Amino acid sequence: MTVEKTKLSKPAVLGATMIEFKDVHKYYGDYHALRGINATIRAGEFFSLLGPSGCGKTTLLRTIAGFEGISSGVVLVDDKDMADVPANQRPTNMVFQSYAIFPHLTVEQNVGFGLRKDPRSKEEKASAVDEALAMVGLTGYGKRAAHALSGGQRQRVALARALILKPKVLLLDEPLSALDKKMREQMQVELIRLQRQVGITFVLVTHDQEEALVMSDRIAVMFEGQIAQLDDPETLYRRPKTRAVANFIGTMNFLPATILSEANGKVEAECHGFGHLTLDAETQVMGTPTATGATVGFRPETLTLLFEGQQAADREVMATVEEVVYYGDMTYYDVKLDGTTEVMRLSMRNVFGRPVLDIGTRTRVGWSQGALVMFR
Amino acid sequence: MKLPVMKIYAIAFLIFLYGPILLLPLFAFNDSTVVAFPLKGFTTQWFRAVWADADLWKAVRNSLFVACTASVLATTLGVFAARASTRYVFPAKGAVMGLIMLPLVLPDMIMAMALLVVLLSLNIELSLVTVILGHVLICTPFAVAMLTSAFQSLDKSLEEAAYDLGEGPISTFYLVILPLVTPGIISALLISFTISLDEFVISNFLGSKDKLLSVYIFGQLRFPKNVPTIMALGALLVALSVILLTLAEYFRRRGIAKTGAKDTGGFV
Repeated sequence: MTVEKTKLSKPAVLGATMIEFKDVHKYYGDYHALRGINATIRAGEFFSLLGPSGCGKTTLLRTIAGFEGISSGVVLVDDKDMADVPANQRPTNMVFQSYAIFPHLTVEQNVGFGLRKDPRSKEEKASAVDEALAMVGLTGYGKRAAHALSGGQRQRVALARALILKPKVLLLDEPLSALDKKMREQMQVELIRLQRQVGITFVLVTHDQEEALVMSDRIAVMFEGQIAQLDDPETLYRRPKTRAVANFIGTMNFLPATILSEANGKVEAECHGFGHLTLDAETQVMGTPTATGATVGFRPETLTLLFEGQQAADREVMATVEEVVYYGDMTYYDVKLDGTTEVMRLSMRNVFGRPVLDIGTRTRVGWSQGALVMFR
Repeated sequence: MKLPVMKIYAIAFLIFLYGPILLLPLFAFNDSTVVAFPLKGFTTQWFRAVWADADLWKAVRNSLFVACTASVLATTLGVFAARASTRYVFPAKGAVMGLIMLPLVLPDMIMAMALLVVLLSLNIELSLVTVILGHVLICTPFAVAMLTSAFQSLDKSLEEAAYDLGEGPISTFYLVILPLVTPGIISALLISFTISLDEFVISNFLGSKDKLLSVYIFGQLRFPKNVPTIMALGALLVALSVILLTLAEYFRRRGIAKTGAKDTGGFV
């Protein structure tokens, strides 16, 4: 799998702290849903909470909105403690998973719902509604009945309804999960564009790692009520801190290894299949030293099949092809490196004129020490 | 050729079920005091007799008063019960809801006798009020059934969205919840009204000298010469019931269509 950050230029200025969690705990009876969340979300950031279902990501989002109280800790929004601020007075607005469009109202009544107590004149409010509808590409839809809209259109109405209030933070609870694949990819790009345009802090909850990687400036990966890693998409993908994070984001191969020595910021190790390794202790070796046993991890695209006449950039090893999965633009190979028993996944972009190998083929495989990470 | 047994059974079933009701308007227009075939001639005199009967109109007024009051009370209680059962979790919820719905399956006779014993031992005089209390008891489960369907199709995030957009609990109730459950409330009112209007056992047991329509009709059936008049009255009541039930179902379906939910309940 390849991950490319969408090429939309991004203003590099990220503001001060917008949301801060300080040791946030949440219990539902005996169930410990949030287990000591500490994190900072910056102003103007597109921030994602990513994790499997039941990891507490939605609960955390709802503590920002004020729909969920916390058992202990502090949630600050714009330097203000939210403990005693009810949901209807917080500087946040939410796009619900079900969109929560009021079915008995028209599109413009939905979008203008939050303006009821706004002191502006009727005309000014109407033009604000039109502006919000234009922003989400729904110009001319104002008079339609909300319940007659398609899923994608409801989503846009929900966005317009929240953004018209110019909140400091926009909260999005799995907003794309109900859309089909094409629509989802289109909305991903639109959400990025919209966030750039309005400059509001977006906090997105998703279980879809690809969606998080594509859209976010930073991602907090959550497991069982805790943040396992908080980083930008590239660091998360290339330098996952734990095997669990590595497994949740994309595909990662693992091989057992033995640490031989550690000195001068270098870790020397022996790995079946790859042989002797010298890794940078600071960037490539994750976890705290416990024993000499460790695991080496690498992404499928960091291995390359070497065809006749090709030289490995760094090092090479012999392997046998065990399985071939052809995807058109890509081919996935399951290979066994000589000297190992585990099957490793390897991905190759299909270049014109290059054959797809058959099962059982012996081949050279190129790899690089720099692309490895070690967990211990 | 094979006999279409199931088809014949279904048709026979419907004839036995609804045939007798069709006899009501038939004899209501029959020019004879004897309710029997062959039919004599066409007349509207029985309807004129209905119109002229002062006791009958007093019974109608009593019945309308009881039905209106009982349906409003039952629907109000039903709103609370339906809201509680669909939104909140509380101890012994299943048992509480079961007890509320119990009169649906309990024989009216048993309820009526039990209530009568209680009222008499408390030295409470029988009146329209005691009938209303009895009717509320049997109408509430129907109202709850109608309203639960309305509240269930209400997405919880709609309320949260209203809070999120700056509204409080009260404004959320009248801006979002009420408009969306109003069709359910109307259909609950209509079905309670119909049930109360038709009800005989409790009306007879707990009623006083102020007779309700059902009790009055039962009394009149003892006099053969009044039977055609009762037929005319019955024809009118059938028409009224059909109209009310149709309205109730119409409002229930409209409520479901409005919230875009799936149709899962209802009686028709």
